[in-house]
Amino acid sequence: MIDKRVNTACEAVECISDGATVMISGFGEAGSPVELIHALVDQGAKNLTIVSNNAGSGHVGLAALIENRQVKKIICSFPRTAISVVFPELYRAGEIELELVPQGTLAERIRAAGAGIPAFYTPASVNTTLAKGKEQRDFNGKSYVMETAIQADFALVKCAAADKYGNLIYNKTARNFGPIMCMAANTTIVQAGQIVNVGEIDPEHVVTPGIFVHKIVEITNPSDESKLVAENLKYHGIKY
Amino acid sequence: MARNVALDIHDGAYVNLGIGIPEIVAGYIPKGHEVIYHTENGLLGMGKPAETGSEDSELVNAGKKYITAIPGAAYFHHADSFAMIRGGHIDICVLGAYQVSEEGDLANWSTGNPNDIPAVGGAMDLVAGVKTIFVITKHTTKTGVPKIVKKCSYPITGKNVVSRIYTNLAILDVVDKKLFVRKLAPGVNFRYVQEHTEACLNRYHEKTSHQIYEKEQ
Repeated sequence: MIDKRVNTACEAVECISDGATVMISGFGEAGSPVELIHALVDQGAKNLTIVSNNAGSGHVGLAALIENRQVKKIICSFPRTAISVVFPELYRAGEIELELVPQGTLAERIRAAGAGIPAFYTPASVNTTLAKGKEQRDFNGKSYVMETAIQADFALVKCAAADKYGNLIYNKTARNFGPIMCMAANTTIVQAGQIVNVGEIDPEHVVTPGIFVHKIVEITNPSDESKLVAENLKYHGIKY
Repeated sequence: MARNVALDIHDGAYVNLGIGIPEIVAGYIPKGHEVIYHTENGLLGMGKPAETGSEDSELVNAGKKYITAIPGAAYFHHADSFAMIRGGHIDICVLGAYQVSEEGDLANWSTGNPNDIPAVGGAMDLVAGVKTIFVITKHTTKTGVPKIVKKCSYPITGKNVVSRIYTNLAILDVVDKKLFVRKLAPGVNFRYVQEHTEACLNRYHEKTSHQIYEKEQ
């Protein structure tokens, strides 16, 4: 019998160990699995490598995880935003490592891992400082940079609805990195706004097929990260 | 500047607009032209900014601003979004710039200052993959330093990638690694633009093959 549902966010993230590589979905606040991240703050795993497009906003979600000193390194494309305060401070103090990756390269490195492709060539970043030290090769007279796949131990992903098999659908631009992160992690943990009966999601509409998902927790009315940031709330574990 | 860019976007184009000034371009598209906007965080068919009170935090553009989607829009994940970009499916991208060189090199992602947090986003993928790159920028910095230069002093985003530059003084074409003045702003002459440009500017009426190009337009 296949039933990937777990009861709570805490139970869902229990298995994340110190030193793990963890992908976190979201483009800024849109699609960020805030409840799963906060459960990971409570759980306390340390020396994590985080793969996410941004580096957190305000003092909640990914920013709270960084502020709680659980993150050793972050792999992302855009850590500089007006409302990012925690990461810049630690970065300037040399207390967190940054691997800066062009956004499309980040997406493809994640997708490649999920698709069993260890490396690929991309035209992005050729002749720039971000291509330094990377293999460069010409195809049909054009230069490309070799990039390697990013495989993760865990992925934390937010979606709109799921069934117990792990089939997922998303909401608007909150989809962003979710589907490819589900593919690239050994253990994919999903928070769904709703868990529906098997068969209720039209197979034609499934975005992430259940094979890529391992644990699902239902979080109805998830926090809106942008609102938490706007209210300048700080996550201190268990409560704000 | 934004109006000039809008006039050069053809009917039926798929367009990616960068953050800031480029976003304003959408407002100047001529009536009757249908243009589909791509935003790299996963939407084809971006509509107008969301009205106050009806913002949806899960419907944002690449600048993380609240937007709307037009009827006929499509959502997709990031790998598909950048396949559209890198795969050459997007016709035009309009970006801002710190500097553009006479060879069409663009610098718009980093000042190179070690105190600044480096951030690149999708800029390098866009310049590497979109068919035509337009840059929209003030001709000089606030302190009057030319932004159109012989060689970029800031770290570049891409080499030989810019096709056309729209500034408050002129529209410049990059052709065969040289800059040609396509149009002057009202009340501005060639010499004035050259004085505010570090790179060497060329006139289209010189006996070059580009004369033909000009007539075609």
